[in-house]
Amino acid sequence: MTHLHNPRIKVFFFLLWCVFGSLLGSCSNSSSPSESEEAVPPTLYYYTWSDYVDSEIMAAFEASYGVRVVVDTFSSNEELLAKVQTGMTGYDVAVPSDFMAGIMGRLGLLAELDLSRIPHSQDLEPHLTHLPFDPTQKFAIPYLWGTVGIGYNAEIVTEVPTSWDVLWDPQYSGRISMLNDQREVFGLALRALGHSLNSRDPRIIQEAKKRLIQQKPLVKAYTSELYDHLLLSGDVVLAHGWGGPVARAMQEDSSIRYAIPQEGGTIWTDCLAVLASSQNKTLAMEFINYLLSDQVALQTSTRLLFASANRHVRHQLPAKIRDNIAVYPPDEVLSRMEWMEDVHEAIRDYDRAWTELKVH
Amino acid sequence: MIHLFSHSLPLSVKYLFWGASFFLLLFFFLPLLVVLGVSLASRGLYGGVEWIATLDNYRRLADPLMGIIFFRSLIFASLATIVCAVIGFPLAYMVARASPRWQLLLLTLVMIPFWTNFLVRTYAWILLLRADGLVNAFLIWFGIQSEPLSLLFTDFAVALGLIYGYLPFMVLPLIVAIERISPHLEEAAYDLYASVGAMFRHVVLPLSKPGFVAGGVLVFIPSLGAFITPYLLGGGQKMMIGTLIQQEFLVSRDWPFGSALSFALMGTALILWFLVSRTSFGKSLP
Repeated sequence: MTHLHNPRIKVFFFLLWCVFGSLLGSCSNSSSPSESEEAVPPTLYYYTWSDYVDSEIMAAFEASYGVRVVVDTFSSNEELLAKVQTGMTGYDVAVPSDFMAGIMGRLGLLAELDLSRIPHSQDLEPHLTHLPFDPTQKFAIPYLWGTVGIGYNAEIVTEVPTSWDVLWDPQYSGRISMLNDQREVFGLALRALGHSLNSRDPRIIQEAKKRLIQQKPLVKAYTSELYDHLLLSGDVVLAHGWGGPVARAMQEDSSIRYAIPQEGGTIWTDCLAVLASSQNKTLAMEFINYLLSDQVALQTSTRLLFASANRHVRHQLPAKIRDNIAVYPPDEVLSRMEWMEDVHEAIRDYDRAWTELKVH
Repeated sequence: MIHLFSHSLPLSVKYLFWGASFFLLLFFFLPLLVVLGVSLASRGLYGGVEWIATLDNYRRLADPLMGIIFFRSLIFASLATIVCAVIGFPLAYMVARASPRWQLLLLTLVMIPFWTNFLVRTYAWILLLRADGLVNAFLIWFGIQSEPLSLLFTDFAVALGLIYGYLPFMVLPLIVAIERISPHLEEAAYDLYASVGAMFRHVVLPLSKPGFVAGGVLVFIPSLGAFITPYLLGGGQKMMIGTLIQQEFLVSRDWPFGSALSFALMGTALILWFLVSRTSFGKSLP
């Protein structure tokens, strides 16, 4: 074993240790909640979108209920489903989007809610009650909601975009970004062609694909995370995206605007739901009620610039936020919006068409 | 071949062998079997895996689209490997032949990027390459370019990201290989009137071959399956095999097809490794 004292070998092992240390370090942030617990105060495990985490609100809940909240985050509905489907995850409350709440409900992954424990479920915006994915309001309560539209730079795009067709305008070649989301991108093309964004007919999906392939040379990037930055940096002047990030970009640059085209598009809501495997369902429902309470919901919407499902929040928000169509779409727009639904087997057609789009 | 059952081998080596085998079995072959199993199953209605056996997922691989995607990924991975070798060799030679004090410093510099998350480092390239980023500001300031160049979201950015990300994996094995070459061999070459070029060509490069092979595999394989780099630096424009696998698992919820793709990727890598090891080791390897 004398060679272990060779300084070069030592250096080598030191470096090896550095590499593995850093690799392990980057893995450890997704620690599972089922790890050792002293279990003195009851603990609530909250699984949510990374940008929804607000440590101030968590601390306030912990203080007033004498509990501990452990937060873990996901970045897509599919990630949420994959993790919850593995079984005992230990999470109590999760935040699936509309269609995913429907899927999770049908798969038996969500617990039935006791609405008497969630009095604020009576305060929902009228258009957010009895939604297609949970018509009896058994499994999920809308939390935050909004639309998908076009964020644009009004200094360069001088006419307000009234149609999705503006994203096919060669004038803006190389200055357009699209969401990197197959259902949203196809949904837009389908609406532009006058179809439902939940179309399952392969011929209609092919038609939308052709339109999108025509558009591709004009597209700078397909991104779901960077479009607000790209709008601000001037890399793009038209961005297909969610209202919230565009509204946040508006606060930094007044030439950025938001438009919802005539053809209509996606309306979405992220819902609060209790997992069927939760060990602490009562506390979970109290937590949901807390998040929906007027003050907390107001604080959340002010920070994220997503509209609150609690209808009282609208009137308490500053006019600048309330009247921003990127946050609260006008009522006449709502009738043109469509909820995204699971397309079952047709997902394969979307998948194939999306792959083809990305190969061109 | 090691004669495991011969009595001449110390006991500790046998334990090491069985320990390593057990480790491989538990953490490599068993998970691989699960992937194989899933690739032969069907997609559930809402995603997930239905245990109905089918070859359908492998049939879908015959799609010419898959050919294009595999080919594109192979080109990018080959390019990244070659450029890493070309940049990595002089760097590795310098580190290997430095005095011990300098060597530690240089090695640490090679390793420092590992202390930051790969994702963060890739995001940093976005800030550097975008229209109002540092690279364009620099080009315009020096009058090389009057308009900002379109650097971000291009094939160039993807290749750059891959080379940047995996360069240390080429450099480290090369350092080890070059260190093993006795400096006396180089002196002998010079004594025999070899030029610097001839010395490298006939002495250092051939003897560094194990380093190139190890480094090549360490760069090529992750580049082939990369998905963060093509997505962030390529703007999600061009589908690569890694992006496609990620899409099947996390977007389309089609685990069986994703598993079949993973197997195809692994198969491609294995075949290439077999070809490379054949040509580079001759008959010295099984």
